[in-house]
Amino acid sequence: MAMPLIAYANPSRFLALTERVLPWLVGATAIAFGIGLYQAFWVAPEDYQQGETVRIMFIHVPAAWLGMMCWTIMSVSALGTLVWRHPLADVALKTAAPLGAAFTFVCLVTGSLWGRPMWGTYWVWDARLTSVLVLFLMYLGLIALWRTMEDPTRAGRAAAILTLVGAVNLPIIKFSVEWWNTLHQKASVLRLGGPSIDPAILVPLLIMAMAFTLLFVTLHAAAMRNEILRRRVRTLRLRQAQAAQGA
Amino acid sequence: MDFGPHATFIIAAYAVATAVVLTLIAWVIIDYRAQRRLLAELERRGITRKSVAHPSTPP
Repeated sequence: MAMPLIAYANPSRFLALTERVLPWLVGATAIAFGIGLYQAFWVAPEDYQQGETVRIMFIHVPAAWLGMMCWTIMSVSALGTLVWRHPLADVALKTAAPLGAAFTFVCLVTGSLWGRPMWGTYWVWDARLTSVLVLFLMYLGLIALWRTMEDPTRAGRAAAILTLVGAVNLPIIKFSVEWWNTLHQKASVLRLGGPSIDPAILVPLLIMAMAFTLLFVTLHAAAMRNEILRRRVRTLRLRQAQAAQGA
Repeated sequence: MDFGPHATFIIAAYAVATAVVLTLIAWVIIDYRAQRRLLAELERRGITRKSVAHPSTPP
């Protein structure tokens, strides 16, 4: 099983794989969103406390999970870049950052839009909200770092180090609601003793989470393909310039 | 479908999420076309991975 996966670590083989797999991923994502949105709007009941605003949770919670999952994937990729110098690890890291930033942005905005009618305010500087805002700013910093360096190899190593340092924020986000007294509610899905949400709301939430995850996998694979092509263009231009100088 | 008194917040949340997702999809598609076009342009000028060997690469 490991051998075929290693084979796809080659950029050319990865390109061939994405050409075959992407149409299926797009289809699966569309179907998952179709089912998830149907469940979210027509099947899930309104919450006894939140009322209809519970429907915001069907995008807020998956976006929050993905914002954190994305940095986790980037941290693994950072290890791949620094330790094993894996040819695709740096590509995976670079292309995941804008996606992570986008999902974290969705999490922050939808959370804010939920907070106004439920808490009476769009924003409070509590530990959970602030640590997620820090995550969003770290994504922006990482994207800016890449843009400041011309050489992708040097930029990749610097970004990998920054990613691993930033990973310390992930447990802070996760456990902020346990460690500090926050306005944000405690974990209600991924917790010891199982989810505390009623299945009528939990099932649509999990389907939407699956749809968002499929969307991330699809966009990440497509963005990685684009980055490989971009590096090919850069290499060809460099070689062309070197050949012109040598002539 | 009646979202009650907080409909504005619910619709705004889904509108923002939809806009962000559509932007990501557009970014990926536009970037792919741009890179393909650049590669095709280089190939048209005879610059391919095989034709332009690295100077340090033995023939």
